[in-house]
Amino acid sequence: MLVDVHAHFLHSRTPRADWHERNVSRLTAGARIGISVHVASILGSWGLTSPIYFPSPRDVTVGNDALLALQREHPDAIRGYSCVNPNYTAHARAEITRCLDAGMIGIKLAASRRADDRLLDPIAELARERRVPVLQHIWQHRRRDWPGQEASDAVELCTLARRHPDVAFILAHIGGGGDWLHSLRAVREVLNVYVDLSGSGVDGGMLEECVASVGVSRLLWGTDLTMDTGWAKLRYLELLLTKDELALVRWKNAARIFPPGAFPTD
Amino acid sequence: MSGRVDVNAFLGAYPWRKVPGTSPEALTKALDRVTIDTAWVTHLPGLFWRDPTEGNAWLYETARKAGSGRFKPVPTVHPGLAHWKEVLAAAVDAGAPAVRCDPLYLGLEPSGSEMRALATACGAVGLPLVLAVRLEDGRQRHPNDRIGELAAASVRALIRSDDQVRLLVTHADRGFVEEVHFGSTPDEARRIWWDICWIWGPPEDHLETLLETIGIERFVFGTGQPLRLPENSVAKLDLLDLSPGQRAAIESGNLNALTS
Repeated sequence: MLVDVHAHFLHSRTPRADWHERNVSRLTAGARIGISVHVASILGSWGLTSPIYFPSPRDVTVGNDALLALQREHPDAIRGYSCVNPNYTAHARAEITRCLDAGMIGIKLAASRRADDRLLDPIAELARERRVPVLQHIWQHRRRDWPGQEASDAVELCTLARRHPDVAFILAHIGGGGDWLHSLRAVREVLNVYVDLSGSGVDGGMLEECVASVGVSRLLWGTDLTMDTGWAKLRYLELLLTKDELALVRWKNAARIFPPGAFPTD
Repeated sequence: MSGRVDVNAFLGAYPWRKVPGTSPEALTKALDRVTIDTAWVTHLPGLFWRDPTEGNAWLYETARKAGSGRFKPVPTVHPGLAHWKEVLAAAVDAGAPAVRCDPLYLGLEPSGSEMRALATACGAVGLPLVLAVRLEDGRQRHPNDRIGELAAASVRALIRSDDQVRLLVTHADRGFVEEVHFGSTPDEARRIWWDICWIWGPPEDHLETLLETIGIERFVFGTGQPLRLPENSVAKLDLLDLSPGQRAAIESGNLNALTS
């Protein structure tokens, strides 16, 4: 069993003419890697009619609908995060409820609002009620604002996580850019924050630091935009960890924080 | 024996963060782990020294001690220093497969007169010149590590500066490769090789696209280890539908044209 906790799909109402090929490529590569379930999100229209990281409510719904359709098309292989924009609180909560009722298993927060902002509290509260994790897009050690996103870093995510100790938060793509060591130091003592290993970074020493900082019981395997780097990290973990430890990272940790029955064999 | 050759590896400590596995013994274990027969190695600390060539003697000796052709030294040449032609001649004498010069790390203008002189000299002695676009993701670098990334324009300028020089460019992404390749004449493009370590696999499939649009003969196997996990470059190839011959070309065969 192998769960990719950080996947994305595209749809026809995005800027990408090759959206279908990219979706097929993810599933094909996933089969080769041995991915059992892709837990995915769609960030609105991926920039076509509203910004990727600031999706309009209408685009949020369109994107989530596209993901629900993919989930129905691939019921064994795809699960969804409901992507929402926390600036539209009522819409966000309604969208989460709608998507979870339709079979999604988590909440995706990109970079529409800083993670420590009080506007995220109603969403975190709903996550607690529905017992689903929140995948938070993270810039590892954000030293300034970056164009196109109101990115958060690990310190800001930990502020939110401390306010909601009964919710599992997933710190996105530790290898996705920025100072991962800063993030690992920040989340070490915040036990309801899990580290997603995805991202294009395959730095020597990063996985050792992940294990040393938060332990194998808080690591989740994923790919994001580069499945080759995900596979590389998995291969390295096979050497670094025992069989039982590896199973935690491959799927058992995910099975613990996602709703019961989210994955076929848990 | 796989025949796989890693053209992009380093020995020695990195100044900006803790990196495990930088010793010759550790690199040998990593090569065994991912079934790489030979690594082209450069002395990493030297890239940050005033005279990077002071690391070359250690590099030659380490490669010699390793035996069995496990390491092939790629010494650094600094064309801004008075003795650079001697360093280049020593590389030829030592049987180095290539020499390296990362101009921005050495404080040189990437396509300035010193680099052009080096390109011409490399062309004259038949040694490929290795340049890295970057060593780390720019988003994660140490706050005091402000060395710029190599520009595609600099590679175009260097390949145009001499009609014999051959370049091996490492750590380039798809956009960089395309900009240089299609911004060069066919003859110029035929004298540039690219390592695969920074080119994305699925679902974006940048590597698959480049192999189709630019040609499989332009690409060689490189990892950037130990700064990067060598497993990544192997995984990239494992995710492609390559014939055994195509895979062998990338893993070693294309080096014949680069080094002959």
